[in-house]
Amino acid sequence: MSRPPEHDDLPNPVRPAFTPDEAGGMVVNIGPSHPATHGTLQIIAALDGERVTRADVHCGYLHRGFEKECEDHTWNNLIPYVDRLNYCSGLINDFAYCDAVETLMGVEITRRCRVLRTLLAEYSRIADHMTCIAASLMEIGAMTGFLYLMTIRDYIYEHLADLTGARVTYTYGRIGGLARDLPEGWLTRLDEILVQYEDFIGRVHALMDRNRIFIDRTRDVGVLTTDEALNWGFTGPMLRSTGAPRDLRRDTPYLAYGDLDFEVPVGIKGDNYDRYYVRMREMDESVYMIRQLVEMLEPGPISVDDKRCTLPEKHLVYSEIESLINHFKLIMEGPQVPAGEVYRAHEAANGELGFYLVSTGGGRPYRMHVRGPSFIHMGGLHRLLEGYQLADIVATFGSVNMIGGECDR
Amino acid sequence: MIQDLVVHGVFIVYSVLVLMTCGLLLTWVERKQAAIMSDRIGANRAYLRLPFTQVKLVWWGLFHGLADGAKMLLKEDFRPDSHDRLAYALAPWVAFVPVLLVFAVVPFGGTLVPGELFGSAWFGDRSYQMQVARLDAGLLVVFAFGGLAVLGTLLAGWSSNNKFSLLGAVRAGSQLISYELVLALTVVGLLFIYGTVDLVDIVGQQSGILLGFLPAWGLFLQPLGALLFVVAAQAENQRIPFDLPEAESELVSGYFTEYSAMKMGLFMFAHFIEIAIVAAVFTTLFLGGYNLPYMGDDGFHFPGGFTVEMSHGLVVALQVLVFWLKVFIMCGFLILVRWSLPRFRYDQLLGFAWRFLLPLALANLVVTVVVVGLLDGVGA
Repeated sequence: MSRPPEHDDLPNPVRPAFTPDEAGGMVVNIGPSHPATHGTLQIIAALDGERVTRADVHCGYLHRGFEKECEDHTWNNLIPYVDRLNYCSGLINDFAYCDAVETLMGVEITRRCRVLRTLLAEYSRIADHMTCIAASLMEIGAMTGFLYLMTIRDYIYEHLADLTGARVTYTYGRIGGLARDLPEGWLTRLDEILVQYEDFIGRVHALMDRNRIFIDRTRDVGVLTTDEALNWGFTGPMLRSTGAPRDLRRDTPYLAYGDLDFEVPVGIKGDNYDRYYVRMREMDESVYMIRQLVEMLEPGPISVDDKRCTLPEKHLVYSEIESLINHFKLIMEGPQVPAGEVYRAHEAANGELGFYLVSTGGGRPYRMHVRGPSFIHMGGLHRLLEGYQLADIVATFGSVNMIGGECDR
Repeated sequence: MIQDLVVHGVFIVYSVLVLMTCGLLLTWVERKQAAIMSDRIGANRAYLRLPFTQVKLVWWGLFHGLADGAKMLLKEDFRPDSHDRLAYALAPWVAFVPVLLVFAVVPFGGTLVPGELFGSAWFGDRSYQMQVARLDAGLLVVFAFGGLAVLGTLLAGWSSNNKFSLLGAVRAGSQLISYELVLALTVVGLLFIYGTVDLVDIVGQQSGILLGFLPAWGLFLQPLGALLFVVAAQAENQRIPFDLPEAESELVSGYFTEYSAMKMGLFMFAHFIEIAIVAAVFTTLFLGGYNLPYMGDDGFHFPGGFTVEMSHGLVVALQVLVFWLKVFIMCGFLILVRWSLPRFRYDQLLGFAWRFLLPLALANLVVTVVVVGLLDGVGA
């Protein structure tokens, strides 16, 4: 059924906010299928020559009803789903979600689990930042830098696959613990990768940091002030690049972050260069944190001994009726989460990743909301694009690190 | 008369074949060099299998170029609904042919005396300059044909009826005009020194020795000019950091977004051949062409009276080899630059040409003119 033509003048969210006539110049449509929009995003830009006069950002092309879907699954069934939010750092999503459910249930995770989660979250952050930096380097044509970073990212993915069995969608967190303990030799390989990381990152620093073309392309492009960033609700490296040292790991310590020594790098101008550099520095901080965490890692159980959420051991399921019933109840009905609501936010690679859960008691959430940082960043993205060149759209968009899975849900 | 036709026919076939091979080879060199630079293995999958055996000739992936060519020939030639038929069909050829034509005036070897080489009386004692067309205008022809290629780009961008193509074409137009100017100005200094635009003469004058130890190559006479020439040539070539017309992350594929199959292949191929052409022109102007230090038409004459006599055939072969060796080293350098740097922005690109390269080229020219004038005064 088509809309009657007399309603054409009403604002319509699926159409650009301006018509080609209003824009006055050429209007180009970038995305959702365009080599630069590596999330599924559409940018409609009005151009004056090559300068962008207006930009209209449309997201939602990867919408799959995640939050509604969650209401129809048990709490532990949701873990594979949250993996697919920010698919560059699935483990952080896992841990943030599990943390929210554990808070609601009043479960205290074991020390080894806490340290391991922190370690893996930082490890994922490195992979995520690498993806972002690599992509934004590729956007401005620096293919070799891109490939250097991708090399290390692939080592990390392979290494995480050793632990979790998957390269991207790990499903490794469990409510009250983790799926399994570290395999033998995992920490040795971790050390090797971190050494190689330093080598490769050094090369990227050498290729990029003082490169005149790179500086010209990124300095004073896509500038954002702290006030504006706070106004739009920006978090994570986007906000820190403007000079505001806001980091949930430091401000509201969760997991083992309270015991760690680390700095919160900030930028000075909030432009593309600062976003690049803040991410580079954060990766270094993450490596430092990982090294501290390896020292802190002590043997012990990785899951809490709590029948409400932790599955009994397999041999017990086969040998005693209590464990069999416990297993059956946990799988079929889900962990029984008491009624209440909770908001837990972790510092994900892109910013504040929050889970707002409402439970009415029982094995399924009543309502679930995700505060995905990418979605909120998309709200202010046009401010970063307008007034700059067409070529800056891709460079800026790359530095924002929009992840479709987390933005559109 | 017939002998002339035969010899020049051979030169033409040789040039076209070698250039095509170069283009094909450079696709492989580019991949392999990029792979080495970024710690990868690179193209190593395509192979030829000897018929009826299990012997696979991989040869470090050299056959990838062939596989690419076959793929492009077999692909569907998809055309947008609203393209301009004539211009759309013409554009790849307009972009491709001038690139080949540039090579016509580039001398790829010294003097060839077929009578001596083959020992046949039919050729008599005719001698030929190893070059497709001996034109007095030499260098001017290079620029004339080099400038033509942009027409293909503009045609492609306009006829595709696609905004990205059009933007790419507009970028290509302004970029090539700016850098063509710089390119020409960098060479003018050299022309003052050599006093001719004939490329054969220019190469001939580079066979000597400077100050007793340096080969008299343009590179040493005009170091700044050589540097500016490389920069401008990379821009003419539309390669990173100057690949704005086709900047794939911004403009999809720029002016050839709407081209597919072998039409797109022609654009790509023209680019790769252009790398070889740019390297060949650079070799001719700045690296002494086919000359090696101390090498003459009959062998090496080292200082101190030490000479190595060589037969005519050996000298010709050596000259041709030296020329292509220099061209390939230059290609390698251009590819090195392409894989090291990020890309300029459109306004920065033009600013770089007009505010940075052009004044430098002019300064270089002024200094050269003054020095040449003073030296001439001394000589007179």
